[in-house]
Amino acid sequence: MNERHTLDAAFAALADPTRRAILARLAKGEATVNELTEPFEMTQPAISQHLKVLEDAGLVIRRVEGTRRPRRLAKNGIDAMDQWLARLRKALEKNYDRLDNVLAAMEAPRKENFNE
Amino acid sequence: MSKMTLKTEGDIHVVVTRHFAAPPEAVYRAHTDPKLIQKWLLGPEGWTMPVCISEAKLGGKIRYEWSNEKGQGFFLTGEYLELEPFSRIVHVERMHLPDPTPDNHVETRFDADSGGTLMTMRMTLPDAQTRAAMLATGMEHGMEASYQRLETMI
Repeated sequence: MNERHTLDAAFAALADPTRRAILARLAKGEATVNELTEPFEMTQPAISQHLKVLEDAGLVIRRVEGTRRPRRLAKNGIDAMDQWLARLRKALEKNYDRLDNVLAAMEAPRKENFNE
Repeated sequence: MSKMTLKTEGDIHVVVTRHFAAPPEAVYRAHTDPKLIQKWLLGPEGWTMPVCISEAKLGGKIRYEWSNEKGQGFFLTGEYLELEPFSRIVHVERMHLPDPTPDNHVETRFDADSGGTLMTMRMTLPDAQTRAAMLATGMEHGMEASYQRLETMI
């Protein structure tokens, strides 16, 4: 998979709230399908299907431990979450930079009055 | 300086602080007057807010609608719970993408500080999982959701 394709798959995977919640759970540590199914009002096959999408997107990986198949965040998954946080920070900073200008414009008329 | 901070607190909070070179009254007005909100609460380049309803009174409604030149859009609804001019606003908000996200309970304080205002916005999410999911997908305060919409539609 090229980088663009991986990114598309990651964005598509993140578009679903259940998958975001699964990622959030895995951010706290690895978990099996059973453990992941518990907090959700969904069947195990439904959770497994979501996990498959996350795995295909390279966000989640599984390891084999006897009969267990614990899932954990892949490096891509961690990077994706970091990237979202960085973008969020940037969007908020952009808002507040614009607000600086709005505030300056609100102040301006008063200053003009003082000067004249 | 005007450096913004963004950090998590406990399991369910997110706290944003930012200093502004204007008095609390002006910053408060810029957060409640729809004509002013429309000028800055826009997120990434290319987005506008054609609809902005902000009834700054107890129980007053909030509705922000964003759109871009590609015709994509999403909206946020909420209600004002407490208003103390010009020092404090408490409101609840949710994004519609189009399914509503869990309620984000937001307290915004405006404190006079070294010739300007220190704004402290404290968000409270229903649980740790919702907060983590929100931060992970950058859905906080609505804006970042536009990225997600944009990217999933490309």
